[in-house]
Amino acid sequence: MGFFDQFWQLTIDGLMVGSLYAVIALGYTLVYGVLQLINFAHSEVFMLGSFGGLFAARALLPDGGVPGGFQSVYLVAVGLAVGALCGALAAFTLERVAYRPLRRRSAPRLAYLISAIGASLFAVNLAGKEFGRQNVDLPDLFHNDTVFTLFGADVSTQSLVIFAVAIAMLVGLDRLVAGTRLGQGIRAVAQDADTAVLMGVNVERIIIVTFVVGGLLAGAGGFLYAMTFNASYSMGFVPGVKAFTAAVLGGIGNVRGAMLGGLLLGLVESYGGYLFQASYKDVIAFLVLVAILMIRPSGLLGERLGRAA
Amino acid sequence: MLLSLTDVEVAYGAVTALRGLSLEVDEGEIVTLLGANGAGKTTTLRTISGLLRPRAGELRLDGRPLSTIPAHDLVALGVSHVPEGRRVFPSMSVRENLLMGAYRDRRHTREDLDRVFALFPRLSERIGQVSGTLSGGEQQMLAIGRALMSRPRLVLLDEPSMGLAPMVVQTIFEVIAEINRDGVAVLLVEQNAASALRIAGRGYVLETGEVVLSGTSASLLSDDRVRQAYLGEDLTPTP
Repeated sequence: MGFFDQFWQLTIDGLMVGSLYAVIALGYTLVYGVLQLINFAHSEVFMLGSFGGLFAARALLPDGGVPGGFQSVYLVAVGLAVGALCGALAAFTLERVAYRPLRRRSAPRLAYLISAIGASLFAVNLAGKEFGRQNVDLPDLFHNDTVFTLFGADVSTQSLVIFAVAIAMLVGLDRLVAGTRLGQGIRAVAQDADTAVLMGVNVERIIIVTFVVGGLLAGAGGFLYAMTFNASYSMGFVPGVKAFTAAVLGGIGNVRGAMLGGLLLGLVESYGGYLFQASYKDVIAFLVLVAILMIRPSGLLGERLGRAA
Repeated sequence: MLLSLTDVEVAYGAVTALRGLSLEVDEGEIVTLLGANGAGKTTTLRTISGLLRPRAGELRLDGRPLSTIPAHDLVALGVSHVPEGRRVFPSMSVRENLLMGAYRDRRHTREDLDRVFALFPRLSERIGQVSGTLSGGEQQMLAIGRALMSRPRLVLLDEPSMGLAPMVVQTIFEVIAEINRDGVAVLLVEQNAASALRIAGRGYVLETGEVVLSGTSASLLSDDRVRQAYLGEDLTPTP
């Protein structure tokens, strides 16, 4: 079959994966916006959230057969909530342990990077030891039927759930940043931290909130990922770097940019994987990263947390 | 006494910026801080706001020491700081910038917006505009308006006339006087000594982090050193 016959199916698959990238990318972009710091350990926040949600859903999963109806909704909701909480807790701890002590000492930028890599290695190896070094599967939480067809492409329950949850989180975050007092505080710190202090903004609190919100999103995204594929101690790296790519593509520090970047990257990967070979997906994603860094390093929408709103 | 600084010393690393500075601002007065670049004027304001911590000496607001109060709580105690270079949030609209001024207390926002627009009608015309695209004068009006949104008792103003056209400077100084008439105390840092001394009741002259001269505006205006150094008057006798 030719590309155009598959176009809509590839689009739907691309948007599904892309919405996950977008959800993770927001964590990079928010923290960068506020601290001008690339939190390279964010991929492990995603991984830990994924395990948290997976174990919670598995513990509640009844024996025998695939659940349906309300039970499925309940299991997905619990998985999302626990995943989000684990992600938030991981991000909070990371900020406390790996970054705050450096901030207190006004450490140079390189120190943060090293600290991030250290925290990342620690989390990966701890997860490997605790959860094993094989893939951990999550049994089906619902019947993954085709809900409807769109231009001849099948839309499954799974892609619908992922896309709907991801979009709900993206819209929610956008409203938070653009329309609430807390969001205004976040944008103020991103634009001019000293002046934000003069306005009465508690910068330390904003930093914590930023990490926690990024962690909530990444953790919930991790559960969605585990629901589709599986979880493993080393699962964070590739989606993490891709989400980072998405953030850079949209303009790091820019909330709407991260959303756009995630969806675009998902689409590019999906189309590219079909046109060349599925195994080239990752290569394509990283080519995109290299290409933006060379051609338009400030990203599609530019770097500014404030401008997103 | 509303605000008092006693023997305050501030250093940036090994460089001492303030060496034993003392000054006072009483309720409802305008006090100006004069001095050349690098004399420590901005440092003084940033220390009062808590952005810098003194190495020695004491700051008191309403007689209570400020040493344990975090910088972000100062605005809630009635101190507003209009920083050097205006520092409006460039990607926020005029309205959002003003709301940032009321970040800690949003109970009187509507009323206070109206008050700011009455002082600066220009801002109400620009309410939805992104602040980074305003002219320098408009940004200064916005920065002052933003500082008033918290209903301060003391406003710290850092070089409000910097880089502005004379017409705009006049408007700004008129507004400062008007704010003061409502009972708000002002600590005004200025290069433009003539304008500053015209609206201030008292002044301090800073040199390399120390007060070298202080007194009423009238006495400073008639002081030869002030006239020569800050009012640009040529005091050499003409032949």
